[in-house]
Amino acid sequence: MKKLLVVLLAMLCVLTLAGCSNGGSGNGGNNEPTGDETVTVKLGCSGPLSGDAKVYGEAVRNAAQIAVDEINASDSKIKFDFRMEDDEADGEKAVSAYSTLFDWGMQVSLFTVTSGSGAAVAANYDEDGIFAITPSGSSTALVYTESKNYPGNFQMCFTDPNQGVASADYMAANFADKKIAVIYKSDDVYSAGVYEKFVAEAAAKNLNVVYKDGAFTDDSSTDFSTQLTAAKDAGADLVYLPIYYQPASLILKQAKDMDYAPVFFGVDGMDGILTLEGFDTSLAEGLYLLTPFAADASDEATVHFVKAFQEKYGEVPNQFAADAYDCVYAIKQALENIGYKEGYATNGLCEDLAAQFTSMTFNGVTGENMTWAENGEVSKAPKAVVITNGVYVSAD
Amino acid sequence: MKNIFKNLFSKKNLSRTISFLMVTLAYILIEVMMNTVGMSRLFKSLLVPTCCYIILALSLNLVVGISGELSLGHAGFMAIGAFTAVIVSGLTLTTVTNDILRLIISVAAGSIVAGIFGFIISVPVLKLSGDYLAIVTLAFGQIIKSLITNIYLGIDSKGLQMSFVTNTLNLEGGKMLLSGPMGATDTAKISNFTSGFVMILITLFVIYSMINSKYGRAIMSARDNRIAAESIGISITRTKTLAFVVSSILAGMAGALYALNYSTLQPAKFDFNTSILALVYVVFGGLGNINGTIISTTILYILPELLRSLQDYRMLIYAIVLIVVMQLTNSAKVKNYLEKLNKKFFRKGAAE
Repeated sequence: MKKLLVVLLAMLCVLTLAGCSNGGSGNGGNNEPTGDETVTVKLGCSGPLSGDAKVYGEAVRNAAQIAVDEINASDSKIKFDFRMEDDEADGEKAVSAYSTLFDWGMQVSLFTVTSGSGAAVAANYDEDGIFAITPSGSSTALVYTESKNYPGNFQMCFTDPNQGVASADYMAANFADKKIAVIYKSDDVYSAGVYEKFVAEAAAKNLNVVYKDGAFTDDSSTDFSTQLTAAKDAGADLVYLPIYYQPASLILKQAKDMDYAPVFFGVDGMDGILTLEGFDTSLAEGLYLLTPFAADASDEATVHFVKAFQEKYGEVPNQFAADAYDCVYAIKQALENIGYKEGYATNGLCEDLAAQFTSMTFNGVTGENMTWAENGEVSKAPKAVVITNGVYVSAD
Repeated sequence: MKNIFKNLFSKKNLSRTISFLMVTLAYILIEVMMNTVGMSRLFKSLLVPTCCYIILALSLNLVVGISGELSLGHAGFMAIGAFTAVIVSGLTLTTVTNDILRLIISVAAGSIVAGIFGFIISVPVLKLSGDYLAIVTLAFGQIIKSLITNIYLGIDSKGLQMSFVTNTLNLEGGKMLLSGPMGATDTAKISNFTSGFVMILITLFVIYSMINSKYGRAIMSARDNRIAAESIGISITRTKTLAFVVSSILAGMAGALYALNYSTLQPAKFDFNTSILALVYVVFGGLGNINGTIISTTILYILPELLRSLQDYRMLIYAIVLIVVMQLTNSAKVKNYLEKLNKKFFRKGAAE
């Protein structure tokens, strides 16, 4: 009987706890009137706040918070209530995070920070009719699949295929005579996606790719001596790294140790390498990366954003932060354009915002005159930056 | 009637009866809650994965607890079951329109294929024991994950096509079933809580039938004293193979249920961590203890979600809870105290 007692107690605990989390459910978005004519929109987001990829999640959270604080302090009629949940960059946890946000009454979303989580919840956003725009989930699986398009899902960053193509184009224009090696992570959606398109485009542009079998996986992401030696032996003087900054930092270190000094070229996943704890930033000197955002740009919006971010968090914002900042303002602009106010029909919100996004033009810190296609992909110009003296500098 | 009741609660069958009662009661309670007061989306979204992890932990308990061999590759069997189910479900999407029937076919296929792999791997593996076996199963899990990461499988008017390592498929209006590291995308979600519940019942039935049969007794005797068991004519390899294969079938079932609950599934999900997670559930619930496994899995799976309000401290608290409970359940003092408490309440009740 002892066992039975324990069992019942445990069940009771679990169920009462579950019941507690039940409290906030059920209201799809009717807010308390806030007086005047302002209206508060519940803005959700999920991303990695723990684990390997947490630099991205934190960058997005911090930047979105700055944008939200700025908007709430201004005389804007639209105010935001921002909430971010941890999804550990894992699809299964992303569904839980999404559900938590749904229970909270999320009306508009910054989707997810990483691609893997985003792909897992893309259909959920579509089914529940919640408008979502991801700052950094670059896989096309977030916005459409082979069989259907998610009309309410949008991207602020480039898609993986576009990054691969853009990298190859940039190299064709600037490094046409280099011998190129590629090291990529074959079990990662993001890296494999970029790699595939890069190789195809590189062939089309007649780039001299001397080594393209530099695959590694999650289990072999600590020792890159095999790939680096092979690249060196093949005579490569440009190493393309369509991977996240964590393994990239090790590659830079190990290349230095073996006196191999090619030009390293990364894509947006490389962003964040300078803020990696314990990383010797001198290793990244001369590293090229393709990004829509350069923190040293002199336009008013960028200067303002970089200053605000530095004051609050003491570091230079990366591209993820910039994309998140733009997302919040783009959502605000779209909400204003559709004349969102108290009592707006909740069930038509997603369609109206989607229609607005595909027709409007947005100016932000990651680009001028951005537009969105029906399938949710953004159209803006990529810029190449090169790390000089520990900061990003426009390469052109 | 009284006899049946007595039999159900006899010392031999008590654990089994409690298992079935507990699971059924929990199911009924949750169903009633869902249909009356409603339930938060978060809790709803946790139902099916909880069922999957319960089945996975139970299947692992069969190997680790009952058979006494340490397996660190159970996520591999789960992956086989998961991706087989996704492929079968994708292939029969248009021919079998009934969701429940398609779920049954897919899960059955996933379990069978996982079982076949379980048998193949058990041949070299079960000649080993202890640490060696643990390491080989660990390697097996990694191999499976790497294999699936490199498979590209698609279907179009010309039939099924496959390529390995690099994607060379050129489909004519067809559909990709598996695309390497991206795994399966756009899967039809056909798992639901009821199917999870039924599968837990099947798992419990299989495990208890086995434990209470002569095979089960042979397995346990081989665990407790290998030499003595051999001396009375029990084939150690055969009994261990049986436990291992049944366990892999059940793990495949868990994987199939899991895969069909999400629209996308990546092979990277079934890494070493998932195997260890299942092992944590089993150890936490007590080796060989079926009811303990069910409860510990439920609590440990739901706990991190309930701790969401703590934000940044969430995983820290989770780890602390894990350590504290492991310590407490193994401390003699606490055990004594519980025993005393138990006597105090239950003896009184019995006297009345």
